[in-house]
Amino acid sequence: MAKKRKPAKKKTTRKKPGSKGKPKKKSAKKKSPKKTPTKRKSAKKSASRGRGKSAEATVPNGGEEEMGLMADPIAVRLAKDQREISISEFFTKNRHLLGFDNPKKALLTAVKEAVDNSLDACEEARIQPEVKVEIASLADDRYRVVIEDNGPGIVKAQIPNIFGKLLYGSKFHKLRMSRGQQGIGISAAGMYGQLTTGKPMRVTSRIGPRKRSHYYEIQIDTSKNKPVISREETVGWKKHHGTRVEMEMEARYTRGSQSIDDYLQRTAIVNPHVSISYAPPEGEKMEFPRATSRLPEPTKEIKPHPYGIELGMLIRMLHDTKARNLKGFLTTEFSRVSPRVAEEIMREAKLYERSRPNTIARKEADNLYRTIQKTKIMAPPSDCVAPIGEDLLLKGLKKELEADFYTASTRSPAVYRGNPFQVEVGMAFGGESSGSEDSTIKLLRYANRVPLMYQQGACAMTRAVIETSWRNYGLSQGRGALPIGPMVLIVHIASVWVPFTSESKEAIAHYPEIMKEVKLALQECGRRVATHVRKEKRRVEQERRKGYIKQYIPHIAIGLREILGFKQAEEKRIVKKLSTMLEKS
Amino acid sequence: MAKKKAVKKKTVKKPAKKKVAKKTTAAAKAKTPRRGKTADVKIADCAAKIHQSIRSNRRPKMRYPIRSLSNVDYNAKKGFFQLAGNMSERAFSYTTVKTFAQSVRMMALSRQLIRTDDIATKRDAYYQSKNWGEAMFKEQPESDTVMDDIEAMLEVNREQLGFIPDEHGGSIAGALTVVDIDPASGKKIRIDCTRFGSGAYTIPSNVEHLEFETKAKFVLVIETQGIFQRLVKHGWWKKARCILVAMGGVPSRACRRFIRRLSDKKKLPVYAFVDGDPYGYTNIYRTLKVGSGNAAHLNEFFCVPRVRLLGVTPEDIKKYKLPTHPLKDVDIKRAKDAIKNDPFIKHHKEWKKALEEMIAMGKRAEQQAFAAHGLNYVISHYLPKKLANPDKFLP
Repeated sequence: MAKKRKPAKKKTTRKKPGSKGKPKKKSAKKKSPKKTPTKRKSAKKSASRGRGKSAEATVPNGGEEEMGLMADPIAVRLAKDQREISISEFFTKNRHLLGFDNPKKALLTAVKEAVDNSLDACEEARIQPEVKVEIASLADDRYRVVIEDNGPGIVKAQIPNIFGKLLYGSKFHKLRMSRGQQGIGISAAGMYGQLTTGKPMRVTSRIGPRKRSHYYEIQIDTSKNKPVISREETVGWKKHHGTRVEMEMEARYTRGSQSIDDYLQRTAIVNPHVSISYAPPEGEKMEFPRATSRLPEPTKEIKPHPYGIELGMLIRMLHDTKARNLKGFLTTEFSRVSPRVAEEIMREAKLYERSRPNTIARKEADNLYRTIQKTKIMAPPSDCVAPIGEDLLLKGLKKELEADFYTASTRSPAVYRGNPFQVEVGMAFGGESSGSEDSTIKLLRYANRVPLMYQQGACAMTRAVIETSWRNYGLSQGRGALPIGPMVLIVHIASVWVPFTSESKEAIAHYPEIMKEVKLALQECGRRVATHVRKEKRRVEQERRKGYIKQYIPHIAIGLREILGFKQAEEKRIVKKLSTMLEKS
Repeated sequence: MAKKKAVKKKTVKKPAKKKVAKKTTAAAKAKTPRRGKTADVKIADCAAKIHQSIRSNRRPKMRYPIRSLSNVDYNAKKGFFQLAGNMSERAFSYTTVKTFAQSVRMMALSRQLIRTDDIATKRDAYYQSKNWGEAMFKEQPESDTVMDDIEAMLEVNREQLGFIPDEHGGSIAGALTVVDIDPASGKKIRIDCTRFGSGAYTIPSNVEHLEFETKAKFVLVIETQGIFQRLVKHGWWKKARCILVAMGGVPSRACRRFIRRLSDKKKLPVYAFVDGDPYGYTNIYRTLKVGSGNAAHLNEFFCVPRVRLLGVTPEDIKKYKLPTHPLKDVDIKRAKDAIKNDPFIKHHKEWKKALEEMIAMGKRAEQQAFAAHGLNYVISHYLPKKLANPDKFLP
């Protein structure tokens, strides 16, 4: 805002007379009554531009301009450097905000963004996803990443925009459950590659068997946030439909936790309908086959719920709406606002139902906003959220993890700040892939079926796990720490708008509603695990008891024979009788 | 642990016995621990009973009195701790199978010892169990507990079972001749306790067969070797015409039994001289006088009811201005616990008062604290002054 009020930029920013200008107008009036006639001519020009503003309003501004020039010439010099910052430039400098902090993480983020996009596209097109990931080492710190899918493809005209422009996408303006949100990810990955290697992103896409495959080499003009096409041709491709993205980047490949291998396995667990084949830079090719042909339920787009919006957004919606009156606005732009509820809101806010939405001034909008928060409105519909489901989550767990006991729980939908969400928890206890008895459990966090690989400590899901009392469920737990035991724990939140703490989508914000739901799901699964642990303990105890019979009973017989001096046969009979006595109990 | 589960409490009062007790004083009643059947027969009977129940498909059981201070009454007439009659039952089950097996094998070992007229120390018994495979004892306290259980169950003492303690029995010096039997020749031998010079006669583990000859006027039982050595060195027993006994902490069974038999046979008064602290009073002196909670089934024989406490009393600490140490938390706890739970302390108001006085004072004094007034102050002043008024000794 400060920048915009500087004299140099004044004419272009006149459209938005901010509230801060008002007191200045008054003071200017007093100071420069004499100057008014002289400035009137120049004022007329700006008046005509400023959408019917009175001449009076422009006068004081003129006065201010003059004073600014005289009193503070430094501001003019400063103004020369003041210009718009392109979003691409911003992210070039702040790439850590998008998850490109270091070469290892950059590689993971690039794969993650591409795979997320592929899966979203396939599911939207109701295609069973088959994703191919290939990573090849070109030089010491340089890798080529290839991600290929069998999705619906991208129409020719959109290919450069989607891959060569930041903040370009289909998902931002819809309130709907999807992996991607902003339209930053894949183009940021391309930009990172371009930044570190100078190589363009190579994209091939085909939208149907009778269409041609288009091949593009795309770079991003970071100052303008625009795609620059360095090569464009049609090519032959054996795939009927799908998209292939290829990029080179400075990176570091590792195995183990937070690696590509780890990420793909985690993805396979909660996406049992996906088949992934993976060719790492070294070692064997890996396959993550699908466990079900059932795609997740298609999700519906919903209108925002009145509880979930902020004042600024309400003002913008009032301005942009096509509805001709306030009642129409409230009922069509929001979910769960019936004509009756709309009337109630307007009555409470003392607004006319026939007022035009775009004439509602800021003060009235504030009043309207506050009334909405006070009015009782039904929770938003939950069919916009598609959980994995208990049975498929179990299938995913069983397919990828070797354990003794599996359980899963899907909570019914709940709402935070007007956004519906649903929490799921899965557990794999004991067995080979569940870790050791005396190390902390392995917690896998997911948001909209995407594994969250970093910032575990900052996440609301982690906090909820820590705040759950695991001792009740037969696991030990230190104060303020994850529980200890052989267990892989999955926590998944599905929502139309997942509240991440940052754009790199690594941690969930601490909404009490979300924490509560996670805890309830954990408790439900925890109880089942506790039952299993108890059963297992009983079984071990039984084994031990059987050992007792063999170990100790003969000594009773030996002792008695030594005292009473009976024969060996009697000794055997005593052992047999005592054994049956114990087995009976 | 397993024991507690199987406990079935039965409080059996035995009024008939009390009536009998009225006529006989504690001093007069000094028969040997052998009652009725020998240990050998008792073991065979017990084994036969177990065998019988197994044959008829019933779970075999072992019953024995609970060995703890909570299961004893102080019988003032008789002058010692008596079992209150609460029994613990160890029925054969998953939880008891190990101890059950160990008990049977321990009885078999005992019978073998009796039959071959051999002995084994508690440590020996523990090592014998190493041949029992899985049923062996891991630590000696485990085998000691099983041994004590059998002792209580069969109502015999462990010497009768062929087991002897490893502990030091106690030292004797003074005007006493002990008549023992030479294990090699089987002939009587006379041991003159005045002829040990600066050393002392050691009380054997079995004292039942000993006879005594003495012209002493009393027996002085001392807690520490330090004071004992000083009195021996200066030949104090000659001057005072007494027999000196050093217990070395809590008196062993043999030591208690020795003093008991000696004092009963020769009608000698017994005085105890222990440290002036709760441990000296409630553990050492109390055990000497009325026996322990752990071996309550044997206290009748292993106690000296006629003993009285010469010192160091809380009163002495003040009167003789002894250098003191502050009472530790465990001391205070021990004293309070005794006032509340120890049947002997509860019975004697004098003792309650003395312990309360000590708690209020918050201080304790050792026997050797008299050295502050001169190394031989004990001999020259304290003991003569005290012995002039034996009526004032604490009960």
